[in-house]
Amino acid sequence: MRLGVVRFPGSCDDGDALRAAAIVGDAEVLWHGDRDLRGVDGVIVPGGFSYGDYLRVGAIARFAPIMGEVERFARDGGLVLGICNGFQVLCEAGLLPGALLPNEGLRFVCRQVELDVVETSTAFTCDCPAGERLSIPVKHTTGRYFAPEAQLDELEARGGVLLRYAPGHNPNGAARSIAGVCNEAGNVFGLMPHPEHAVDPLTGSTDGLCLFASMRKVAGAVLAA
Amino acid sequence: MPSSPPEAPVPPAPSGQAPVPPAPSGQAPTPPAPSGEAPTPPAPAIAFRHRALGLTDAEHALIVEKLGREPNEVELAMFSLMWSEHCAYKHSKLLLRTLPTEGERVVMGPGENAGAVDVGDGLVVAFKVESHNHPSAVEPFQGAATGVGGILRDVFAIGARPIAVLDSLRFGEPESARSRYLLEQAVAGIGHYGNSIGVPTVGGEIYFEAPYERNCLVNAMCLGIAPRERLIRSAASGPGNVLVLLGAATGRDGIGGASVLASAQLDEGDQAAKRPSVQIGDPFEEKKLLECCLELLDAELLVALQDLGAAGLTSSAAEMASKGGLGIDVDVARVPLREADMEPFEIMVSESQERMLCVVAPKRLPDVLARCARWDVRASAIGEITDCGRLRVLQADKVVGDVPVVALVDECPLYELAPERPTERLYPVPRQAASMDSALAPDAAPRDTLLALLAAPNIASRRAVFEQYDSIVQSRTIRRPAIADAAVLQLAPDGGSGALAVAIDCNGRRVACDPYRGTIETVLECAANLACVGAEPLGLTNCLNFGNPEKPHIAWQLTESVRGLGDACRALGIAVVGGNVSLYNEADEGPIYPTPVVGLVGLLPDRLRAGGLGFAQAGDAIALVGPFAPRLAGSELAKLRGEPLPDELGHADVEAIARVQRSVGDAMRRGSLSSAHDIAEGGFAVALAECCLAGGIGASVRIPGRVEDPIASLFGEGPGGFIVSGPIEALRARELGAVVIGTVGSTRLELTFERAETSLECNLEIAELAAAHTGTLEAILG
Repeated sequence: MRLGVVRFPGSCDDGDALRAAAIVGDAEVLWHGDRDLRGVDGVIVPGGFSYGDYLRVGAIARFAPIMGEVERFARDGGLVLGICNGFQVLCEAGLLPGALLPNEGLRFVCRQVELDVVETSTAFTCDCPAGERLSIPVKHTTGRYFAPEAQLDELEARGGVLLRYAPGHNPNGAARSIAGVCNEAGNVFGLMPHPEHAVDPLTGSTDGLCLFASMRKVAGAVLAA
Repeated sequence: MPSSPPEAPVPPAPSGQAPVPPAPSGQAPTPPAPSGEAPTPPAPAIAFRHRALGLTDAEHALIVEKLGREPNEVELAMFSLMWSEHCAYKHSKLLLRTLPTEGERVVMGPGENAGAVDVGDGLVVAFKVESHNHPSAVEPFQGAATGVGGILRDVFAIGARPIAVLDSLRFGEPESARSRYLLEQAVAGIGHYGNSIGVPTVGGEIYFEAPYERNCLVNAMCLGIAPRERLIRSAASGPGNVLVLLGAATGRDGIGGASVLASAQLDEGDQAAKRPSVQIGDPFEEKKLLECCLELLDAELLVALQDLGAAGLTSSAAEMASKGGLGIDVDVARVPLREADMEPFEIMVSESQERMLCVVAPKRLPDVLARCARWDVRASAIGEITDCGRLRVLQADKVVGDVPVVALVDECPLYELAPERPTERLYPVPRQAASMDSALAPDAAPRDTLLALLAAPNIASRRAVFEQYDSIVQSRTIRRPAIADAAVLQLAPDGGSGALAVAIDCNGRRVACDPYRGTIETVLECAANLACVGAEPLGLTNCLNFGNPEKPHIAWQLTESVRGLGDACRALGIAVVGGNVSLYNEADEGPIYPTPVVGLVGLLPDRLRAGGLGFAQAGDAIALVGPFAPRLAGSELAKLRGEPLPDELGHADVEAIARVQRSVGDAMRRGSLSSAHDIAEGGFAVALAECCLAGGIGASVRIPGRVEDPIASLFGEGPGGFIVSGPIEALRARELGAVVIGTVGSTRLELTFERAETSLECNLEIAELAAAHTGTLEAILG
């Protein structure tokens, strides 16, 4: 399996995402100005500040040349993972429902948080231990998940909420403690916590690995078929 | 080369001090005799402008002598900045020359953009600390943000990828609304820049003391890593090579003292339009610039690289020419501008952020421009290297400035200080902390005093601040803030199984008590932090924040402090690889506490054995290590009680402390210790509580023997003490020289004396300690 990590000029966690992806498969950089996904089996849109994000976060990045290809790839059922800024970009691109608003505290927050895996039957969580908590860091200023009530109801009803902050761990005031959501088809997933910073016990935890391992499982099955 | 804007208004000349002739430069060729004719004649009104620009009459006369004529306004602007304290270190250079700068690990020492040391495996670590005090006092968010931006550029200017930022902050007491505002904004600014550019902020320190009320300190340190062969110097070479300006367009930001020239020329009407502005940081621009520069270096396309900081193009171009012993022509008409009507002198001294200057061989230029375009980084050929030893400023085909490089860079007069030990107290007695006086009184129960100290602004948990910084990006951080006495970063994936440790320290109040011993304590404290994680020091950088050195008592502080810095470094075998000076930090109320901030970088051979400060395992023994002789005078408790600063600190046996540091570091590297923490602010009891808090586990400790002054033994301060934990056999090892005093376990901290009254005992739940330790900074930040 080969994962592509998008590199915008302002990406910060692209190197970290590449290292995490390389644990489960092959990994390579996808340059923001290219209109080519180089035949990868899955795409990661990493954290950072894509084009500075001085405007609404992700608002410019969704128009990047590479994003047209990512959208096409997603519509064709390809696996797309958006982490932090990547989540914001995927929401701006309309690939995921809802939006990310400034944190309730209006400040940047970098903190290890606990997450409950809500769904374990998806392409991104099928390798996660059911009922166990994941310890993964967050670091963002604009991470408060928001959607209208009706949309939140619908999202929950269809099993679109994959990760929730454990009680007492919601760092940003996210609606219904939502930390990560997927699209209706289940092939696009965005989350505010950084699983790529939870793949080595020395730097924190290894709890983020199961998300990448899930992608490998699913993409591997597709490749084998 | 300094790269932040001038720190303070440039002072008038010292009256009774004779300038010392500058040391002969071994590099630069003798410049050709000046032509005797100014490129453009000076305006008559300029005759006295040198004073407004901070140059003395004598300095002005010297400039005239060097040029063989009156300088025109471009030249005067350039001289005024290059001959400022900030660029020329004219009051500090003679002192700084006394510091030890040699070491087998040293790859680059003082004089380059950053110091660099060899860490093995073909890797080099570059680091530097620099002040951005004055801009931060004016506009704390942008001041602190551009402080981070500037120090990052210093590090990638030598080809190193920045991997960590630390910051050292000083504000007035938090009762002051202005101090709270400065803290909140400075922290937000540091976070804004560091977080956005993808460099983790891994450590730092914050102190609140009244003498910083009008002069806050914002010092930022950056650490970078590079393959040894990618390191690049700033010396220009190869006449005919092209000078290329990279990055942001040039505007009127931070034109400093030179704005006097601007305002004198302005009509009433366009004053506002042409007013110089505070520098605004653009981390996105710098992120592109950083990646682009490292790519250009990897492709071996550059001859030299230099950042633009204080004095902008003038300083960068002049320094490059000076180091290469060459000349440079700069055409201001080819500099991309944000404001089309900028004068040549404004372009030459503008401090617009996010710019770099490089030297490129003509045949490489197309490749350089293409790579810059790919990163969307503006690149403009603005001049060329010459062999005439002069910095010539052109405006298209007109010469608007022409000065010998040597005069600009190397011939600023240096001044001897006239130190005099003060006979009266320089600082007011600290105001008693009203909110906690009963808990702090000499007859208070130690448990109450301990809780009050844990909640004190200088000791309370820093979580509310460090959570605003991304401390983990780049996946190197193996000891995050508050986990260990120093931050620890793994060298992988660049190479090896080792790790770097980095810490930044200075207790200005103790330096104010005794500049010599206080500075020694600062170095010892910083080295102790490294020892606690098991690191051996590789090199030191410093930022000397002081008041006006032309006043004899400040000169005395500075002289004593630098003497202490040198003695401590020699005793510990640490080389000083770089530094920065910020002087004139004074207000009508008086000077700041002398604050020689020290940053140390160390190496751990095995990243898996990085130490932590928290007790780790129930059943571990606890021991006290080191020649710790605490005194209450000058301590945090004494400050909170409103006691005056003592005239001196206790003598520290530096050699003995250095030996203890080595043995603690060795024990940690061998894997014999579960935790190590050095005793600092708040003394032994606070350090013990911190070990419990960081580990989330209690401890039972009994202080052995007869204790003369139990309160001083609990809360007194002094260098040399460590609290370590681990298996009892390891702690009893002879080489560690530890005294076992207790055991890790339970949810309580129980502290008793073998021979003292039971009323002195402390018995506290960890939850009580945590409640006291948390909340102070949260409340200050609002």
